[in-house]
Amino acid sequence: MAYVAVKGGEQAIAAAHAWRAEARRGDPAVSKLEPAQIEGQLGRAVERVMAEGSLYDRGLAALAIAQAEGDLIEAAFLLRAYRTTLPRFGVSLPLDTTAMAIQRRISAVFKDLPGGQVLGPTTDYTHRLIDFALPAQDLPPAAPMAEPDPAPMPRVADLLAAEGLIRPDPADAGEPADLTRAPPALPLPRAARLQGLARGDEGFLLGMGYSTQRGYGGSHPFAGEIRMGAVSVEIIPDELGFAIDIGDVVLTECQMVNQFHGTKTEPARFTTGYGLAFGQADRRAMSMALVDRALQAGDLGEDVTAPAQDAEFVLSHADNIEATGFVEHLKLPHYVDFQSEIEAVRRLHAQARAHAEAEAAE
Amino acid sequence: MMTDTAPPTQPNDAEKTPRQRWMAVLARAGAEAIAARLRRAEAIPEWRRLRGPDTGLVMLRGRSGGGGASFNLGEMTVTRCTLRLASGLVGHATVAGRNLRHAELAALADALLQDPARQDALLADLIAPLAAAQQVQRQALAARAAATRVQFFALQTMRT
Repeated sequence: MAYVAVKGGEQAIAAAHAWRAEARRGDPAVSKLEPAQIEGQLGRAVERVMAEGSLYDRGLAALAIAQAEGDLIEAAFLLRAYRTTLPRFGVSLPLDTTAMAIQRRISAVFKDLPGGQVLGPTTDYTHRLIDFALPAQDLPPAAPMAEPDPAPMPRVADLLAAEGLIRPDPADAGEPADLTRAPPALPLPRAARLQGLARGDEGFLLGMGYSTQRGYGGSHPFAGEIRMGAVSVEIIPDELGFAIDIGDVVLTECQMVNQFHGTKTEPARFTTGYGLAFGQADRRAMSMALVDRALQAGDLGEDVTAPAQDAEFVLSHADNIEATGFVEHLKLPHYVDFQSEIEAVRRLHAQARAHAEAEAAE
Repeated sequence: MMTDTAPPTQPNDAEKTPRQRWMAVLARAGAEAIAARLRRAEAIPEWRRLRGPDTGLVMLRGRSGGGGASFNLGEMTVTRCTLRLASGLVGHATVAGRNLRHAELAALADALLQDPARQDALLADLIAPLAAAQQVQRQALAARAAATRVQFFALQTMRT
């Protein structure tokens, strides 16, 4: 059914937006929320918006959250729309997470490992009790400091790989697919899957990852390692021809280690699922790693039976910007579509009535 | 370990050229901090912008599994600037974020630092203090992280 443009309603729309702006400001007696406060004090929201907006820019994400009144999907949508207005200057060299300036690094598989277990600024061991004293507190006491251990912190996956106990990730296979440039062709290569997961909705990734734990395509995961910290970004500008360091991004990396029983051609080894997320985002990185591992089922010759193992299902529904667009478009005028449907139903009713009357007359 | 088979990407700091090192410091410095220190430098010559400053995107790439084939993680905002001094020296900067002034000042400093007559003074008065401040920040984070390092101790069992 062709869409017929509907005119009118401009005044109503303008009034609705004005009301929205007034509501966004809230009680004028309460001071206005500044994007710098959001950037500094709602860091996890900022990072989620950067991840789902697929754009690392803390200040911009904070502004988008303010504009969207805390609707994080709407804020991510604003970032996605903004990025389409900018040219792409190039691509970075692959980020080197082994060289991360570690703030957090934990392993659930090795108690003692080189570099140790570093909790970082975590909420893992809090009691999840509402802190009624928080509003009254201005500056918290300074966090303790200790002498850093200069020993390197190798990634747990590399420690296992050194022993040949882990199925290696295939090395560079040329230019990786880019979902922002070309619609993905099935079957999706792992690079496209990882990109789709990296910008996927956190709730969706969490639900999919959880489903693998509950038996839908399970592969018995261990959190091999989670690390968080700043990683330097390097690019090779055309005018220079050599790599330059342009600043840092904070990332969380998760390596899930899973059982793998081996096949006729491959020995029994551990396999891994990989998660990489903007900011401090254990939940996102872990969920991504679970789903990444589940999506390798086909590559590993495992039966593909569960939703989380189905790349087409997962990647077609992970993007909350696409999903919200398609779900929410239902509230836009569909008068003509519906008119044709209602006429068809009325016609059927009329036919049924005529049929019944004809039968009664016989 | 897969990083062995991956193409060389990130040179260690020791492998970097002096220009790569000062560019990394300028990229992490604030526009105001660079401006304040350049104001103290001797007679800054005229410069002409060749490109920018303009803001765009860089696609960040990760590696599957941390060491395998690369994939596109997501983009970041960057600002770049290329300029030429009256002497002909060309400076360039690409810096994270959207601050046009930061990119232009970093490109200006990059050009000035390539002038052998100015290099030593600028390394000492501009780059060294900025690098030191960045190192202090890194150390402060590392020290906080070190304080959260778990020290395991053996638990006594009930049976002893």
